[in-house]
Amino acid sequence: MVDSIKASPDPQQFPATRWSLIEAARSPDAAQRQRALETLISAYWRPVYKYIRLHWNKDNEEAKDLTQDFFARLLEKHLLDRFDPSRARLRTYLRVCVDGLVMNSDKAAQRQKRGGDIAFLPLDFESAEGELRQLPIASPTGPEEFFAQEFARSLFGLAIDRLRRECEAKGKALHFQLLELYDIDEGGKQLTYEEAGRRFGIKATDVTNYLAFARREFRRIVLEELRSMTASDEEFRREAQMLLGVKLA
Amino acid sequence: MTWLSDSALERLRAAAEAPDLGGTRYQLVSKLGQGGMGGVFQVEDQILERQVALKVLSIADPEGTLSARLLQEARIIARLEHPGIVPVHDAGVLPDGRPYYTMKLIQGQRLDAHVVSVTTLTDRLRLFLRICDPVAFAHAHGVLHRDLKPSNVMVGPFGEVLVMDWGLSKLLHDPQRHEKASVAGDNPLMEAPADRTAHGTVLGTPGYMAPEQAEANALIDQRADIYSLGAILQFLLAGAAPFPRALDAIRKQAMSISPGSRYQTVLQLAADIQHFLDGAAVSAYPEGPLTRIWRWVGRNRAWILLLLVYIVVRALLIFFRPR
Repeated sequence: MVDSIKASPDPQQFPATRWSLIEAARSPDAAQRQRALETLISAYWRPVYKYIRLHWNKDNEEAKDLTQDFFARLLEKHLLDRFDPSRARLRTYLRVCVDGLVMNSDKAAQRQKRGGDIAFLPLDFESAEGELRQLPIASPTGPEEFFAQEFARSLFGLAIDRLRRECEAKGKALHFQLLELYDIDEGGKQLTYEEAGRRFGIKATDVTNYLAFARREFRRIVLEELRSMTASDEEFRREAQMLLGVKLA
Repeated sequence: MTWLSDSALERLRAAAEAPDLGGTRYQLVSKLGQGGMGGVFQVEDQILERQVALKVLSIADPEGTLSARLLQEARIIARLEHPGIVPVHDAGVLPDGRPYYTMKLIQGQRLDAHVVSVTTLTDRLRLFLRICDPVAFAHAHGVLHRDLKPSNVMVGPFGEVLVMDWGLSKLLHDPQRHEKASVAGDNPLMEAPADRTAHGTVLGTPGYMAPEQAEANALIDQRADIYSLGAILQFLLAGAAPFPRALDAIRKQAMSISPGSRYQTVLQLAADIQHFLDGAAVSAYPEGPLTRIWRWVGRNRAWILLLLVYIVVRALLIFFRPR
């Protein structure tokens, strides 16, 4: 039972302000820029690939080329330097850049020429293609909604991977397994806390406490990742509301 | 990377947003809604075995200002013990660091949804009077609501009317404040400043907010709530138009641009509505002699009818009397 009043909210509840990723991606230091872009690419390449495949109706091979081409341009043309956070959110800016690229994709020779100069990114297109097959059939969402949903899927997926690693490193693998059971696996919700406790050999109260810990950590990681991938407080607030349904001041 | 289905995404969204109730007496049941600064959840109090509503801050609050406002909201509601104001049970901080308070779970309809089932003008005005009651009570205790609107009024299954969401409420005066602040010391969550709009932030809902509320740093008083009540009256009368001039005059006076031209208390506004319901003169509508006579006739229809019948019968008796 909570019967005391604390001085202020837990400082871990929301990540501190830091715009490291966007700033680093614009850094004159090539190594720093490269690291930031790799992080950005890790969150965005799947949404970009799926968006090109489904929204632009490109086949597997062409979508692969265009995805590689897009990120090559991001690196080569310093597209992020032109990004103005006061005019659009980063996610929308990237999607519009993808639209521009695809609309000009008839110039295949130019793409071939650029591709020759740029090292191709080691992106796992086969798994992304497999994910596409698991998507619901033709939902009536617009391009912005589709791209946002795929970005959320990518960001949450990365956050889940990081949560797994962090839980294992802290000896809290069971905490993660419970989150996996209740929030990721289909059908996990049908288990009562008592049944889950028996399955893992712990008390039902421990199930709720472990689950609360994992969910709290998941929330923290998502907000941290999101904070690093947005370019302003306003964008962070809007993205957090879109992704988590929470309003952030 | 872990593949997440659409349903897993939704579950994770809900899980990340849900309050961390681990180690508390509450167990999450469902989400009820999202307010300006906090989410409201239905939870089960496992000790008392009852369902209650839990409001939790869902906004980043690095300076603790919003936490203090949520706690102030809980304290204000707690001091307003009135059947038209939802009672607070408990307040504190959850394990995830977010402040919360629990209150009675109201199972009912918001006024904007309920109003369609109230078809007569008289019933709508009686409903309006029940909204005025808790607001007048709050004013009598030095509390302004500052965000009165149909979606902040609940009508329960037995017709009970509750004014909800006191998140923007303000203490007009708080004689105990100095003493409390000194007890709270440097703890920002214990501190409950009287005015949370010190930085000139505009708080309220357009359409229902008094004009002076839109002015940064403007001093407001109970007449701002009276404007909002006028807007609620207008909402309740929508569809009933054309409604009587006297009623329109009441609405106009409640919604006067200048606070000095409005009713000065909720009781005055409620009294005018009651007078209208009783067929009496209302202070907002000066009547000419003809209007006054016509209203008098309307109010005394039964007596006048009886008198007319009596006169006609007497006349007939005189006319047909054997000579």
